Amino acid sequence: MVCLTYPHIGNTGTNQNDEESPKPYIESLIVREFSQLTSNYRSEESAQLYLNRHEIPVIWDIDTRALVLHIRKMGALRGIVATDGTSAEQCIAEARALPSMAGQELASRVSCKKSYEWNRGSIELALPPVLPGKKEQAEERRLRVVAYDFGIKQNILRMLVDNRCDVQVVPALTAAKDVLGLKPDGVFLSNGPGDPEPAQYAVENIRALLGRVPIFGICLGHQLCGLALGGKTFKLKFGHHGSNHPVKNLLTEKVEITAQNHGFCVDPDSLPAKDAEITHVNLNDGTNEGIRHRTMPLFSVQYHPEASPGPHDSHYLFGQFTKLMKEFK
Amino acid sequence: MPKRKDIKKILIIGSGPIIIGQACEFDYSGAQACKALRAEGYEVVLVNSNPATIMTDPEMADRTYIEPLTKEYVEGIIALEKPDAILPTVGGQTALNLAVELAESGILEKYKVEMIGASLRAIKVAEDRLWFKDACRRLGLDVPASALVNNAQDALRLCDQLGFPLVIRPSFTLGGTGGSIAYNKEEFAEAIVQALDLSPVHEALVEESVLGWKEYELEVMRDFRDNFVVICTIENFDPMGVHTGDSITVAPAQTLTDKEYQRMRDAAGAIIREVGVETGGSNIQFAIDPVSGRMIVIEMNPRVSRSSALASKATGFPIAKIAARLAVGMTLDEISNDITKKTPACFEPTIDYVVAKIPKWQFEKFPGADSALGTQMKSVGEVMAIGRTFKEALQKGIRSLEPSSPWRAPAETPDSLLREKLATPRPDRIHWLLVALERGLQASEVFELTKIDPWFIGQLEEIVAMNRRVASVTVETASKDLLREAKRHGMSDEQLAQIWKTAASAVRLQRARWGVAPVFKRVDTCAAEFESYTPYLYSTYEDEDESDPQARAKVMILGSGPNRIGQGIEFDYCCCHASFALREDGFETIMVNCNPETVSTDYDTSDRLYFEPLTLEDVLAIVEKEKPQGVIVQYGGQTPLNLAMELKRNGVPIVGTAPESIDLAEDRRRFGRLLEELGIPQPRNGTALVPEEAARVAAEIGLPVLVRPSYVLGGRAMVIAYDVNTVQEYVAQAALMGTAKPVLIDQFLEEATEVDVDALSDGTDVVIGGIMEHIEEAGIHSGDSSCVLPPVSLAPAILDTIRSYTQRLAKALKVVGLMNVQYAIQRETVYVLEVNPRASRTVPYVSKATGVPLAKVAARLMMGKMLAEMKLPLVTHNGVSEIAVHDFYSVKSPVFPFNKFRGVDTILGPEMRSTGEVMGTSKSFGLAFAKAQLAAGQKLPRNGTVFLSVNDRDKRQVGSLGKELVALGFRLLATRGTAAALQGAGLEAEAVFKVNEGRPNIVDLIKTGKIDLVINTPLGRESFYDEKSIRRAAIRYNIPCITTLSAAHAATRGIGAMHEQGIEVAALQDLHRAGARVHEEKDAGE
Repeated sequence: MVCLTYPHIGNTGTNQNDEESPKPYIESLIVREFSQLTSNYRSEESAQLYLNRHEIPVIWDIDTRALVLHIRKMGALRGIVATDGTSAEQCIAEARALPSMAGQELASRVSCKKSYEWNRGSIELALPPVLPGKKEQAEERRLRVVAYDFGIKQNILRMLVDNRCDVQVVPALTAAKDVLGLKPDGVFLSNGPGDPEPAQYAVENIRALLGRVPIFGICLGHQLCGLALGGKTFKLKFGHHGSNHPVKNLLTEKVEITAQNHGFCVDPDSLPAKDAEITHVNLNDGTNEGIRHRTMPLFSVQYHPEASPGPHDSHYLFGQFTKLMKEFK
Repeated sequence: MPKRKDIKKILIIGSGPIIIGQACEFDYSGAQACKALRAEGYEVVLVNSNPATIMTDPEMADRTYIEPLTKEYVEGIIALEKPDAILPTVGGQTALNLAVELAESGILEKYKVEMIGASLRAIKVAEDRLWFKDACRRLGLDVPASALVNNAQDALRLCDQLGFPLVIRPSFTLGGTGGSIAYNKEEFAEAIVQALDLSPVHEALVEESVLGWKEYELEVMRDFRDNFVVICTIENFDPMGVHTGDSITVAPAQTLTDKEYQRMRDAAGAIIREVGVETGGSNIQFAIDPVSGRMIVIEMNPRVSRSSALASKATGFPIAKIAARLAVGMTLDEISNDITKKTPACFEPTIDYVVAKIPKWQFEKFPGADSALGTQMKSVGEVMAIGRTFKEALQKGIRSLEPSSPWRAPAETPDSLLREKLATPRPDRIHWLLVALERGLQASEVFELTKIDPWFIGQLEEIVAMNRRVASVTVETASKDLLREAKRHGMSDEQLAQIWKTAASAVRLQRARWGVAPVFKRVDTCAAEFESYTPYLYSTYEDEDESDPQARAKVMILGSGPNRIGQGIEFDYCCCHASFALREDGFETIMVNCNPETVSTDYDTSDRLYFEPLTLEDVLAIVEKEKPQGVIVQYGGQTPLNLAMELKRNGVPIVGTAPESIDLAEDRRRFGRLLEELGIPQPRNGTALVPEEAARVAAEIGLPVLVRPSYVLGGRAMVIAYDVNTVQEYVAQAALMGTAKPVLIDQFLEEATEVDVDALSDGTDVVIGGIMEHIEEAGIHSGDSSCVLPPVSLAPAILDTIRSYTQRLAKALKVVGLMNVQYAIQRETVYVLEVNPRASRTVPYVSKATGVPLAKVAARLMMGKMLAEMKLPLVTHNGVSEIAVHDFYSVKSPVFPFNKFRGVDTILGPEMRSTGEVMGTSKSFGLAFAKAQLAAGQKLPRNGTVFLSVNDRDKRQVGSLGKELVALGFRLLATRGTAAALQGAGLEAEAVFKVNEGRPNIVDLIKTGKIDLVINTPLGRESFYDEKSIRRAAIRYNIPCITTLSAAHAATRGIGAMHEQGIEVAALQDLHRAGARVHEEKDAGE
């Protein structure tokens, strides 16, 4: 269940271009006020119809700020939505019986079942977005990237295409040797739900790929990299969710405003210092936001450089990935 | 990066007097910059000509100069202080323009002063519309098609290329002064001439119109390490075509998807880098075509702005404070977020509420001015309201404006008029929108007429639907749920009471019965993600309350609401001082205000800040929550005073002078009786409800008379009537307005000198704070008159009478706190014109002139301290204590907005029309006056030609004035009668034509630059048109125009002083030190 802090939701409706996955995966949306009316030139379907179509209930007209404060104090909570008159006590008991996110391996459950190619880049609004240095260089060779789908956001794929990559998306459980068999220039490890620790299969695969092909991980992909390098992960009290998290790049000392959505975190002290270098840190709470391997072509970030929604400050990481792939040749 | 060590002393330039387009927000930003830089260990030198500001308090900077904001005077300060750097980005357009002037004239280089915060190049690129467009185009960003012109012929040729409508914007003017939209060639021809005239560089931009597009603003910051953050997004409710200062605006943006918003954010980042603003805040405006989504860049302000003040209040992120730190080399990640304490300032605030800003206009002050809103800003102030939904924020905003009761359209309005009201934006359009929807006009049609985004119109429809549901029940039958829902839509008790035809108190009672009460939520920059340590609160109807009131001894201060003419920054100054003083004394201070421009609504001015409307309902809700020991109502002007009696009736503990005394002072009959008892003369007076009665009263009193409505501030709608007809007309009109209150008729004292006195009292002792002599004669509103402290022409006996009257009045009214008395002295008799047992507009000026912070002292008196324990620097005259004056003169002069209102007569009268004030100080009265005039924008000439045209009464004395002018080397021109009078005094004076006498006439001479100073005292009705055109021409061609003989005398003394003394500057800190030496530098600029 997702509770949104901004009170007016749905003002601009929905459109297919802004979708990030084939279907929404939330169980319920909690908002203060849900717009009855859609106003945006790109809107195709109201948010209400969209969620109806996907059978996602919306709870609205409640004091969402009070709920947020409660979550801040209590940590992320399990919950139940009931409209059938079940008593509160019964619902609380049922919610308590729900499994916690800790220890749950969910990536393989939401991953695609079959491998597929992706070739769509970002859409252009009425004007091309301003992206300094994003000029197409026609003579350049396209790169081949295999992307592990642990619950991948489509804008990552669009960004890879924008950066002149041909992308093959593969299911979470695809073995390293099969990935290498596709002769990729680089392997991408996606974001996804759940606790990284039980996803041992992925950790093994990363270890098998390390050093043989450049690797770039985002979010869950980052946590899996941390584990593959010998580190540990832990669960945050209420996680990082939002599009305004300041992250400092320790290599350049510049701050990026980032989009984040994670409940687990890599413990930087658990990483072997001889292999792993901390590259990014969250300025709000000092947690780890990025690492790279000191000698092998691997780097990963905890946040979402593809944004969507969110600021584009970290788009450079896709360029860094293509650079790494080119240099690895 | 750590802060710079190579800089030690920084000069901050303030924004000068309050004018339309540049108000208290720059006091807020300047004060923040002062505090931030001093906290970082820098020595701060401040220059600002406006004494009513917090920033010019001598404690705010190390060295404070209240001097004219001109190149010559600032050079004088630089020469004296030798600062290492100058910070021009917190003082609005005035500071930026002045800094450019200082840089380009080589002064900064000469004294090795570095410009920090923005480079000369960045300012020029951002401010020059063509350079800015080029910069945007280099980035691949879209801008409106346009061309720059410097003559009317070229401009007219452009029309054919670009097509109509066209936007005309003069270069380098404030708040869009002179900007307009032309729909045809005729309008265009007129507009372009005006625009070229108004531009200091005689240049204007003619631009493709994007009328009706969606308008957005981004408030952004950047530091030396190129970290870039967006602090706030603002969406304009009124689409393109209405100046953003005149638009209702909403934060955050409501109708952008992430993709569109990020495109805008990327563009803003690219622009600030390309323009080269290395550090600090900027404001960048965009327009989006609602149909195609095409985005164009409109403009950029490379400095802290009105919008950034709004953004700071809307988010809790103090832009100016941070910008000042960035200017000295710190980076965003090194600065912590004051509110969360644990997280850095390098982030983007997120808000979980909606903020609405609504401008406040005062067209009623400027008869003849066009109230249609366009590209030139015309509002004088603004309110901000916070709610959990747009509906709630908007309705709270509407009731924050005064009058705060809901507006109703006349029932008989035909639909055609309704459509006209929607199509042409005027101040009342928001009300017409609600009326139209209530009448059942389709949302689609409303959109077609207004181009207001359908989402906003949908929200208004929800408000209208709520009203309808409320109307279907009564106050007794309304269910708890319905009542709560109505409150959640932002409806006030007053609004509900109107619908239910009952009293607001009945609604309040019903709410109490149902337990429907507001809760208070926090503005915390982070939507509750982190704990907040600053109680910055707003009310809403939700479940959880976060106010967490403390058990300390506490005082609540009611602010003054939106800036208005007659109620502006001076009152905010007083409220802040009450908070500062009482905080020092260990009280917890609680501020209530709804004006986002002010220092009082800065979250660290008081211990707790409630950003709320100043209505009975909202104030009572806070009182119930906080239970303060005392509530101060006498500092916020008329707004809180109007609530005083009702608050007291509701058991609120009002401290200081009792509301009954305030009431007594405003009740003519009772006050008249009191004066009689005290043996203090006042002008003969009476009241009338109907014209016949008025005629009788006026005849009894004797003409001329002063006519005005009861209960006003800033002399709204006063006139001086020389005949009975005028009196009768006035009363008839007042009766038409439906005010059941009587009209006041006073004997008008001709040729009298007016005096203002501010005094302090603890209920036992009385201390005179300052006696100010007006330079204009009685009849000019005190707020519009220049005045001088100490007085220059009053006999000691008169002064003693004034002191004695003041003391008796304060005692009789049992004043505890501040009191202001206005006197008129006519032929040795001292009359009391008015007594206001509250803070007055002159309190900050007197405080700056004497060095004694009157508002702080009075706040302490209200909380029970006695004058005897204050250790004030007192002298005693005839048994009356008075704060000792220094051996220098302080002249206060008003600043008028006439250049914003075409067609309005500039003559001064009993109706206050100035928006702001400046102060000039010197050991000589003449120079102090000249400095004040210069600071007010009236640049007195040192030589040249003076044009005189005076009324018959003044002709008797014009000879002596003429002699003084001739002695200073001026040539005299005059209208026939005045010329004859001058010749009669043995002077050479050339007669010139009046406007209707032939050509070339006086207006032609003004236009062709042949006149350097105009002295024109009003003759009365017969030559009204002629004089009006002379004064308008003077304003338009920026020639000083003096409308009273007494001011003309003061001006000649000023010019004489300039001849003798040249540029002279002095820091307030030195002036206040006894026996201070005034620094002098002979003609440094020449």
